[in-house]
Amino acid sequence: MRRYTLNILFCAAAVALVWLAQAEMLDGYVLNILMLIGINCIFAVSLNLVNGYMGEFSCGHGGFMCVGAYAGALISVAFFADSALFGEALFAPWLAPWLFPVILLGGMAAAALAGLIVALPSFRTRDDYLAIITIAANYIIISIIENIDAIGGPRGFSGMKRTVNAMADVIELPWMLMWTLAGVFVCVLVIRRLMSSTYGKGVSAVCQNEVAAEMMGVNTNRVKIMAFMASSGLAGLAGVLYAHIYGYVNAQSFGLLKSTEGLVMVYLGGMGSISGVLMAAVAFTLLIEVLRFVIPWLNETLHAVNLLPAGYQLDQIWTWVFIPLMLILLMQFRPEGFLGNRELSDVFPRLRRWITLK
Amino acid sequence: MDFFLQQCVNALQWGSFYALIALGYTLVYGVLRLINFAHGDVFMVGAYLAFFISTGLLAPEGLFGFSRELTLMLTIPLTMIFTSLVGVTLERVAYRPLMRKGAHRLYVVITALMCGLVLENGNLALLGASRRTLPELVDKTIYNIGGIAVTSLKLWVVLTAILVFIALHFIVTRTRMGMAMRAVSWDKFALPLMGIPLDRVIVFTFALGSAIAGLGGLLFAMSYPVLEPYMGAMTGWKAFIAAVVGGIGEIRGAFVGGFLLAFVEVMVVAFLPSTFRDLFAFSILLFILWQRPTGIFGKPLTTKI
Repeated sequence: MRRYTLNILFCAAAVALVWLAQAEMLDGYVLNILMLIGINCIFAVSLNLVNGYMGEFSCGHGGFMCVGAYAGALISVAFFADSALFGEALFAPWLAPWLFPVILLGGMAAAALAGLIVALPSFRTRDDYLAIITIAANYIIISIIENIDAIGGPRGFSGMKRTVNAMADVIELPWMLMWTLAGVFVCVLVIRRLMSSTYGKGVSAVCQNEVAAEMMGVNTNRVKIMAFMASSGLAGLAGVLYAHIYGYVNAQSFGLLKSTEGLVMVYLGGMGSISGVLMAAVAFTLLIEVLRFVIPWLNETLHAVNLLPAGYQLDQIWTWVFIPLMLILLMQFRPEGFLGNRELSDVFPRLRRWITLK
Repeated sequence: MDFFLQQCVNALQWGSFYALIALGYTLVYGVLRLINFAHGDVFMVGAYLAFFISTGLLAPEGLFGFSRELTLMLTIPLTMIFTSLVGVTLERVAYRPLMRKGAHRLYVVITALMCGLVLENGNLALLGASRRTLPELVDKTIYNIGGIAVTSLKLWVVLTAILVFIALHFIVTRTRMGMAMRAVSWDKFALPLMGIPLDRVIVFTFALGSAIAGLGGLLFAMSYPVLEPYMGAMTGWKAFIAAVVGGIGEIRGAFVGGFLLAFVEVMVVAFLPSTFRDLFAFSILLFILWQRPTGIFGKPLTTKI
C-alpha cells in the first residue's frame, strides 16, 4: 500500500483539478497557470536527469523543447488541419483524442534525436566545454528553425488549436489539463524508474567519477546517450504540450532565457532530487506570476512615497534582474538548493511511514 | 574581386572587435580556468560608459564643453578605467567569495552567466529601451585604395587591435606581472608559497581584460553608433567562439580566432542569406569542440585521477 500512496495522492489531486475545471470553478487564468506549472515541472525534472543526476552542465535545454514543440505542432497540423503545408487533414476530427498520444510521442522522438547532437560531443568533453556545446546547440536549433520558411521561419507557427478543438468536440473535457497532468506523471515515473534501474546507477557513477565508472565496466558513452536522449525527449514532451496549450510556437521563445529558467528551477530545487525540483518548479512559476502583480504595485507605492523619480516606471523587465540575482545569491549561500540531492522523504524521515519516493 | 576585397576589409574590422573581446575571455581563462560568461556584457557596459562619458564631456550639450579631439583623448582612458572597475567589481563581489569557498567550478560558471543577465536586463530596466547614439568624435575620411573604400575609423580599429595584441603579448611574456599570471595558471596552490600575491594577480587580470573590452566597446560604438542593452550578448558569444576556436587560454589563439571567425561570418553574409550567419558560427564552434577540443593553438591537458 505504502508504495502506491503517492500515485494515489497524485491521481486524486489530478481528478479533483479536472473536475474543478470541468465544473468551471477555475477561471482561464488559473487554468493556464496550472498547465504552465505542469510544463515547467516536466521541463525541470527532465533537465534534472542531466544536470542533477549525471552532473553534467547542460544549459541549452530550451532548444530540445523547441524541437519537440515544432515537431508536435507539425504532426498535429498534418493530422487534423487543412493547411497549405500538408494539404488536407489526414484524419477525421473524431480521432483527435485517440491520436494525440501519437503527436506527443512524435514530438518526444524528434527532441530525443536532437539530443544526440549534444550527446555525441559529450564523449570527449565535460564541464564548461559541454556547457558551451549545449548553448551552441540551443542557438543552432533556433537558427535552423528560423531559416526554414515553410514552417513560418521567424514568424512562428500556429494551427494546433484545431486539434485541441477537435478533442473538445468529441467529449467536452479540459483536455489539455488532462494531458499535462498525464505528462507530469509519466515524466516523474520515467525518471524515477530509470534512476533505480541499472542504467540509473550508471548515470550516478558517471556523476561521481567518469573514468572510474568506465574502469568498473560502465559503458559511459551508452549511459550518456541514453541520459541525454531521455532528458531531451521529455523536454520535447513539455514542448508539445506548450505548443498545444498556446496554439502558437515561435523559436525565439525557446532561447537561452528559457534554458536559464530550467537551470534556475533545477538549482533552486537541488540537483538530483525529484521532489525538490518539483517544488522549485511550482515555486518558480508562481513567483513569476506573483511578480507580475507585485511590480506594478511596488511601482505605485514607491511613486506614492516619492522614492522614485516621476519619469521612471518600474516595469516587468525587473523580473529578469531579480531572478538571476536570486540564483547568484543561491550559489553564494546555499549552492545545494532547497533539498540538495536528498528527496523529501530523506529530509523528513517520518514521511517514510506513509510514502516512498524511490 | 573588388567585392571580395571589400568584404575582406569588413572582416578585418569585425575580426578586431571579436579579437578585442576574445582577449578578455582568454586572459581570465588562462589564469583562473574560468569562463567569464559576463564578459560580453562588460563590453556592452563599456560601450554605454563611452556614450555617457563622451556626451558628458562634449561641447554643445555636455557639462564641460570640450572640443571633439580632447573628448576623444579623455574618453579612451576614462572608458577603460571605468570598465575595468566594473570587471573587478564582478570578480570581487561574485566570483571571489565562491572561489574562496572552493565551490565547484560549475557554480562559478552559473554565477557568471547570471551576472551577464543581470547586467543586460538591469541596463534595460534602468535606462529603458530607447536606443542611444554615440556623438561623432572623429571625422570619417574615406580612402579609396584600388577601388576599395576604407574609412579612417576602420584603419584605427584594426590598428588598435594589433597594438593591443602586441602590448598584451609584451605584458604576459616580459613583465613580472605577466610572469605571475602565467604562474597562476600553472599552479594556483603553490603560488602563494612563492610569495606572489594571488588576489592581486587575479584582480589585475580582470582589470586588464575588462579595460580591453571597454576599449572594444568604445570603438564599436564609434563604428556602429547605435547602443542597445543586448548588443553584448551575441557579440560576446561570437568572441567567445573565437577564443575557443583559437584555443582558449592562448593570447595568439584569441587574436587569430577572432579574425578567422569574422572572415567566415562576413563571407557567409556576403554570399548566402544573412540569417545563416549565426548558424555557421555556432556550427563551427560545435565542429571544433568535437574534433579538436583545445582549439588551434591550445595544448591538450591530461587529467589525473
